[in-house]
Amino acid sequence: MGMTMTQKILAAHAGLESVVAGQLIEADLDLVLANDITGPVAIKEVGKLNKKTVFDKNKVVLVPDHFTPNKDIKSAENCKCLRDYAKTQELTNYFEVGTMGIEHALLPEKGLIVAGETCIGADSHTCTYGALGAFSTGVGSTDMGAGMITGKAWFKVPSAIKFILTGKPKKWVSGKDVILHIIGKIGVDGALYKSMEFTGDGIANLSMDDRFTIANMAIEAGAKNGIFPVDEVTIAYMKEHSQKDYTIYEADEDAQYDAEYTIDLDNLEPTVAFPHLPENTKTVKEAGEVKIDQVVIGSCTNGRISDLRAAAAVLKGRKVAEGIRAIIFPATQTVYLQAIEEGLISIFIQAGAVVSTPTCGPCLGGHMGVLAAGERAVSTTNRNFVGRMGHIDSEVYLASPAVAAASAVTGKISEPTQLGL
Amino acid sequence: MKARGTVHKYGDNVDTDVIIPARYLNSTDPKELAKKCMEDIDKDFVNRVKHGDIMVANKNFGCGSSREHAPIAIKASGIACVIAETFARIFYRNAINIGLPIIECSEAAKEIEAGDDVEIDFDSGMIYDHTKNTSYKGQAFPEFMQKIIQAEGLMNYINRK
Repeated sequence: MGMTMTQKILAAHAGLESVVAGQLIEADLDLVLANDITGPVAIKEVGKLNKKTVFDKNKVVLVPDHFTPNKDIKSAENCKCLRDYAKTQELTNYFEVGTMGIEHALLPEKGLIVAGETCIGADSHTCTYGALGAFSTGVGSTDMGAGMITGKAWFKVPSAIKFILTGKPKKWVSGKDVILHIIGKIGVDGALYKSMEFTGDGIANLSMDDRFTIANMAIEAGAKNGIFPVDEVTIAYMKEHSQKDYTIYEADEDAQYDAEYTIDLDNLEPTVAFPHLPENTKTVKEAGEVKIDQVVIGSCTNGRISDLRAAAAVLKGRKVAEGIRAIIFPATQTVYLQAIEEGLISIFIQAGAVVSTPTCGPCLGGHMGVLAAGERAVSTTNRNFVGRMGHIDSEVYLASPAVAAASAVTGKISEPTQLGL
Repeated sequence: MKARGTVHKYGDNVDTDVIIPARYLNSTDPKELAKKCMEDIDKDFVNRVKHGDIMVANKNFGCGSSREHAPIAIKASGIACVIAETFARIFYRNAINIGLPIIECSEAAKEIEAGDDVEIDFDSGMIYDHTKNTSYKGQAFPEFMQKIIQAEGLMNYINRK
């Protein structure tokens, strides 16, 4: 029986010729990741193990990105725990404030993960690297800790859902709109325990950044991973960012899928997910008048350079509406610098937005943009659960950078075409 | 292995942000986390919960963030087992890895109500609602998962291997 792309990667890393959905396997890991929230728990757990040395000091990545720059004393202690551990274990991939970025933008940018590899990360959005044709999935701290020491993890081989993307998205429609549309269609548990495998000629019309955004939110449909085939765009990205050898896996023609969906990219509209689940999607045209208090542009979902370019194209020569707080946070230092060199940061500041250092802070209501009771935000992040960005009576509307920027200008949910763009 | 206690009932898509809000994630101490467990959807939970109680919810329990703080908070609050129609996959792994028993059973999740007196036999996967006098067959754990739970988590299990 044929295998999906994910199954092929897992089989190769388990030393097996083939695997089937439901099979329990132990796979070798190429990369293991944690951050300042999940890392300290993993390090504490690892303290219980007899063996305490990491399996490979080049393959364990620690990134203090959530509550950094340290937001309070407890967060500072957690970051110190991470830093001390990295030092003791002589890890080559610990990224201190100043060199760090939001982990899921940082790892591909640093070339630490390439096609055909396996990665577990103690962060649910680890599924982002599926955009490169890798198998990557989020786990908890204990799994991460065990993986960090043994270089292995157990998996139940997932079945898959196939998404055939066709056509070309129109102007102002991005990867964010594609994935919000899909989650709206299948629901927040629509891909529970499964792989989301993307395929089809429409992929050629999606940039690498669009693909990262789509794979990033596979978890928001409950998926184990989201994965894209490797094409010229992927190869160009990997060559630019990494020295590592990559392996291209392709799904067999007779691979089995639990379901298939065809998504015509031409027909997609700018889309927003209403509170309090990412599946509550409407097009901006259907949204009605929703007044807002804050706009957040950035995160592991939408803090890459093309996201900032889209926001800048909308904000150029315009002003953030009176009373609206617009917070823009580039995902990595490299993205930040590039945005400065391209003049994007000047556009943001002239528009009346604030620009932050890379941090996960506002996305999870940690710091740098927490909401009060009754406040509403349009955010390019990934979750709009109750209390996600602050008070339990606040609301988060998920959207693309272009929609978020247009909403900042009007003070209500809007799309760029409403500004004559 | 068995558990018996009073039921605390929730709906669909209980996410890890409401199980333990991110504003408390600067702590890794189970006791401190337990004090804030379920705060954003059930403020009174921490006052009501007794050691050995059972949590029951509908589909996709534990969706969202991978924070292990979520099952840690539930376990430290005294909950002996979570029954749900389905669990989000990261939560499922985390719960087993830290030794919090969980069991998938669609019928039980739908029918059992808050306040019911419920007993679970982990070896057979049987769930008994003594209030309603009903019983349900849940999914029993594979042997290796039972061993992880008996060892009180993955790390102890690895050491014993």
